[in-house]
Amino acid sequence: MINFTQQAGFGLRRRKRAEARFQWAGRGAILISLAFLVVMFVSIIRDGAGVVWQSQIAVTVELSADEVDPENIGDASFNSILKEALREAFPEVDSRKEKKRLYGLVSSEAAFEIERQIRDNPALLGGMQTLWVTASDDADLYISGQVDTELPEKQRRVSDAEIAMLDQLLADGMAREAFNRGFFTSGDSREPEIAGILSSLAGSALTLLVCFVLSFPLGIGAAIYLEEFAPKNRMSDLIEVNINNLAAVPSIVFGLLGLSIFLGTMGLPRSTPLVGGMVLALMTLPTIIIASRAALRSVPPSFKEAALALGATPVQAVFHHVLPVAMPGMLTGAIVGMAQALGETAPLLMIGMVAFIVDVPTSILEPATALPVQIFLWADAPERAFTEKTAAAIIVLLTFLILMNLIAILLRRKLETRF
Amino acid sequence: MPDGTLIITRSGRSRWRDSLIVAVMAAAAGVAILVTLGIVMSLVFETILFLKKIPISNFLFGLEWSPQTAIRSDQVGAEGSFGVLPLINGTLLISAIAMAVATPLGLTSAIYLSEYASKRARDWVKPALEILAGIPTVVYGFFAALTVAPFIRMTGGQFGFEVASESALAAGLVMGIMIVPLISSLSDDVINAVPQSLRDASLGMGATQSETIRRVVMPAALPGIAGSLLLATSRAIGETMIVLMAAGLAAKLSLNPLDAVTTITVQIVALLTGDQEFDSAKTLSAFALGLLLFILTLIMNVIALRIVKKYREQYD
Repeated sequence: MINFTQQAGFGLRRRKRAEARFQWAGRGAILISLAFLVVMFVSIIRDGAGVVWQSQIAVTVELSADEVDPENIGDASFNSILKEALREAFPEVDSRKEKKRLYGLVSSEAAFEIERQIRDNPALLGGMQTLWVTASDDADLYISGQVDTELPEKQRRVSDAEIAMLDQLLADGMAREAFNRGFFTSGDSREPEIAGILSSLAGSALTLLVCFVLSFPLGIGAAIYLEEFAPKNRMSDLIEVNINNLAAVPSIVFGLLGLSIFLGTMGLPRSTPLVGGMVLALMTLPTIIIASRAALRSVPPSFKEAALALGATPVQAVFHHVLPVAMPGMLTGAIVGMAQALGETAPLLMIGMVAFIVDVPTSILEPATALPVQIFLWADAPERAFTEKTAAAIIVLLTFLILMNLIAILLRRKLETRF
Repeated sequence: MPDGTLIITRSGRSRWRDSLIVAVMAAAAGVAILVTLGIVMSLVFETILFLKKIPISNFLFGLEWSPQTAIRSDQVGAEGSFGVLPLINGTLLISAIAMAVATPLGLTSAIYLSEYASKRARDWVKPALEILAGIPTVVYGFFAALTVAPFIRMTGGQFGFEVASESALAAGLVMGIMIVPLISSLSDDVINAVPQSLRDASLGMGATQSETIRRVVMPAALPGIAGSLLLATSRAIGETMIVLMAAGLAAKLSLNPLDAVTTITVQIVALLTGDQEFDSAKTLSAFALGLLLFILTLIMNVIALRIVKKYREQYD
């Protein structure tokens, strides 16, 4: 008898330990997932934060009338003016190889930057001027302290000679780190130090605009019909099953649809926000319909019944009394759908929105790219400096997504407090 | 009397307008069907063109995938080989790794959240997990290629393993984390649908909470959980960006997670970006792959959605 109780006692202890283990497994699983999230965010922010600062180098250029004709600025060779100025700054550099290194300290766009500064401010003309131009990506790595000088010379991107020149510039106050406006105000470029996200941001905005204009009315119309007017028959069932399945179709398949029908059959222009928006609209339609139906369902039936009792037609009852109450919920669904569309990449690759776009698109019929596609393109680029740009573009994308979701959450709160 | 006529005409007009509005909305609902039809028709049409060039048995049972456009039409292997099995192999290998990560994490999180966590903890942890589902896949791809893959390569190297720089393991691991919230939220619904009376009965017989969960709640929720796992697998199979950025292009028949493999989705992108000529077997094969992917995921989704739906109703 005693033996029995003892056994039960041991058994109980074992079972309690099993219980504790089970609970810890649950906590552990949640912690692992959240830890992954944190590590990912931290590593991306660490990689991308540096983009806020950009290295610049000052060059003292001669802008006398001999070099630059004030009447005809475009005729001047800013490239040779720039090289001249660099040689003046480092008179000891004479071999071809060293000169090449010297010219490589500034971005290959630096000559254009000088020209632009003069066009913006013609008063600069007529003498020696010290102007700031963007440093090259390798020089930027050194100036921002990302080059490990302990490494043997062969293993780093920046040579000892370049480091000596940069050190001299830094000591003279001719090199600095400035706020990187260019990242937000210029388009893509082959040169990482010049590349910015404005063109892809504009592309994303235009694409989302098309997507919203198409999917919101369609989604709301479909939701109202299915929830309030559709007869309960096989057709309605079919539509319902269909919508649920569409929500789970891989996004790349929508891209194939766009390629084959919008580009192939309908002959719409390739790589444009118009086609991108259409494809994304079809993709987000199920999300919007499902969310809008839930919003309609949450409106108490008494609203509609009261309107009907007072003589409103069913359409009037729904549009005047149910829809306004369900609107915040529908908008929430639409914003969530738009957030999804903003982050979508694969279908856009299918319809050619992977082009190299420098100019900021201004209409939905111009070739454009989108922010996530830009991230994909930069992530693929071999230059190390693009990694920083990629991470920074991701931070911008995530910021937009967080903002959109915050708005959605606030709207949902508002809806919930009403009843 | 004239007043009465007026009312009749007005209501007649508004009735006409009402039915027009309803018809327009019904048409909007019909767009959903049109989209499905459009997908099926465009894929089937191009696939038929493809199968005219490449016999279906070569496509479905071929062991080699190397689509190339011939420089001369008479050269050896001008058509390339379009055997889809290496791609299916790669797709399933990566999906299996993803599910091996996501299933235990997602299920145990769901159980903890629905059975143990306080309401406060639930209110915080659930949205936090959902963030994982809201992050664009291109971000996961970047993280997988830039951070996870080199890490695995380095760790594997220390233990003497040869790890490809674009390994299936890196892509699968990251994809697994991505689908955790999908599994946990669907399973959470299913577990919550199990009636409290079942739990009470088990606890009343002296079972501990974990025994109740393992022996009573889980078996009762099993079909629904299977449905959610199926849905998650279909998501993994159709995922593009993570594998595109982290898994590479090498079509290989391999079950080694440290190898570089390629997937159906990656090949679709590879075939259709860059220069393309319409009507070449190479371009058309992308649509055949698309159809295969569509059918595969559709079957899984239909079964999964039916199970989940039926299961929810059963206890309501």
